Amino acid sequence: MSSQSTQPMVKAENVHKSFGHLKVLKGIDLEVAHREVFCLVGPSGSGKSTFLRCINHLEQINGGRLSVDGRLVGYREKGDKLYELKEKEVAAQRRDIGMVFQRFNLFPHMTALTNVMEAPVQVKGESKSVARERALKLLDRVGLADKAKNYPTQLSGGQQQRVAIARALAMEPKLMLFDEPTSALDPELVGEVLDVMRGLAEDGMTMIVVTHEMGFAREVGDALVFMDDGVVVEAGHPRDVLGNPQHERTKSFLSKVL
Amino acid sequence: MTDPLDKVPADVPPDGGRDASPRKYSGPIKAVPVRHYGRWISAVVVLGLLALLVRAFADAQIQWSVVGDQITNGTFAWGAWETLKITVYSMVIGVVLGAILAVMRLSPNPVLSSVAWGYIWFFRGTPVLVQILLWFNLSLVFQYLDLGFIYRDEMNQVMTPFVAALLALGLNEAAYMAEICRAGIQSVDSGQTEAAHALGMKGGKTMRRIVLPQAMRVIIPPTGNEFINMLKTSSLAFAIGYGELFLRGREFGSRTLAIMEGYIVISLWYLALTTVFSIGQYYLERYYARGSSRSLPPTPLQRLRKQLSSFRVQSNVGGVKV
Ligand SMILES: Nc1ncnc2c1ncn2[C@@H]1O[C@H](COP(=O)(O)OP(=O)(O)OP(=O)(O)O)[C@@H](O)[C@H]1O
Ligand SMILES: [Mg+2]
Repeated sequence: MSSQSTQPMVKAENVHKSFGHLKVLKGIDLEVAHREVFCLVGPSGSGKSTFLRCINHLEQINGGRLSVDGRLVGYREKGDKLYELKEKEVAAQRRDIGMVFQRFNLFPHMTALTNVMEAPVQVKGESKSVARERALKLLDRVGLADKAKNYPTQLSGGQQQRVAIARALAMEPKLMLFDEPTSALDPELVGEVLDVMRGLAEDGMTMIVVTHEMGFAREVGDALVFMDDGVVVEAGHPRDVLGNPQHERTKSFLSKVL
Repeated sequence: MTDPLDKVPADVPPDGGRDASPRKYSGPIKAVPVRHYGRWISAVVVLGLLALLVRAFADAQIQWSVVGDQITNGTFAWGAWETLKITVYSMVIGVVLGAILAVMRLSPNPVLSSVAWGYIWFFRGTPVLVQILLWFNLSLVFQYLDLGFIYRDEMNQVMTPFVAALLALGLNEAAYMAEICRAGIQSVDSGQTEAAHALGMKGGKTMRRIVLPQAMRVIIPPTGNEFINMLKTSSLAFAIGYGELFLRGREFGSRTLAIMEGYIVISLWYLALTTVFSIGQYYLERYYARGSSRSLPPTPLQRLRKQLSSFRVQSNVGGVKV
């Protein structure tokens, strides 16, 4: 069992990841506390998405240790040996971690409502009526109660992303990962998605957010990490890192995006 | 006005007072539609050619009365039934086995993918007529079908024309369906699999619930094609004496010497069968198209109405101008 006071939600120690010869993560160390909104910023190709995908084992790390709520991701440690987890165990770990993608990735053959119901029914074996009840509540929470019957193609980008957030929340995760949730959206649709995320943060959800929305990071974030070329360059409170960057690379990056 | 930033006087409403008088161009557009003279002319030409063709066949030495009598004859009706039966059963084997082979082929397990590759290589690489004859003559090399305790019988008792045709057509079809299913599965965006995995779904469930339903849109049109091909390819089973439609047509011809009449009758039956299947395919495609565009494609009736009206009104959507 984990306890909130001692255990961080996510703990990365010297995490390495490469694709063939390409080294993408070169020793990431960081900790995300419970109920924290943790922002990850950095230039394109710096490995932000890769790190996020490692947290729910969509990618397998090659070195270091990565754990969520006190449990190693994708491995079991016995003695001084690591054993790969079976598919079933990996799937069980992922249930507790919600993920929101840049390109929404809603299931196009299902309505907004059935998108949200799918995982609770199929993964948790919840009854349809219970799942429907909760799905309707979640759609209402993201402001889409009236769009339950619509297919994703019949929704705007901002609406699709809000359904995607509701879909992830339906599994009642303890951690939410957001990979540039607003960067595929038209500027006027960004606000509605950020509003939903702000609400989640206020309710105490632990969130890791890869974003270029520095306003959101400054206002909602509790911690911010600047990554470049597979390493953490600078970390701290968003107010400090964004307002008073210490490193040259951080300064030049921020001068481009702010 | 001298100052371009001058405010509109306060007594004029912000929209410039347009509400005061009725707006210009209110109400729907009533325009004179484009006339499609080309369509009228080509329709007349086609109808004329059709009339010539009908007259030629009416005057030819065909005993149309025989065709009319035989079309409802039980022997042909039963032949059509046998054709339908072997087609449906073979396609069921083909689709199920083909889907399994496709998943095997895409599996990271090298044993599974090699087995699938070998299967497809063999069954696509030999003529289906040869496969039919190989199955039918299996008793020449294996006298007994021996499945240990479960089952044991003489091979030529088991390998009836129906069973031989079913095995040959079904297993051959599976090789083609495997490739069709593979293309369909690969057409689904990998983000879909990732989203399902991120929600905690395992591989099998992701395939069944998320990937295959989306792959169906790509799989169904060529499968419909395969179905219609199978209706006709099943005629090769005549070579081992299976009493399907083609065999009946041939036998009728040699018995009564009304050769052309027999073939015309079975052609009409084949046309009827393929027509029914084409209609079924259309509605199946419509079902799996849900969610892929903002509105469903029209039913044939809606389309016919639209096509007829296109003789009068310009239709920019999908209509080829003639
Ligand atoms: N599956 C993969 N195979 C090979 N290379 C990959 C793969 N996924 C990512 N990469 C490479 O890893 C590097 C980091 O990619 P990543 O997507 O993590 O960057 P990012 O920081 O999220 O960038 P962006 O802001 O553009 O999303 C890139 O050079 C990318 O080409
Ligand atoms: Mg990225």
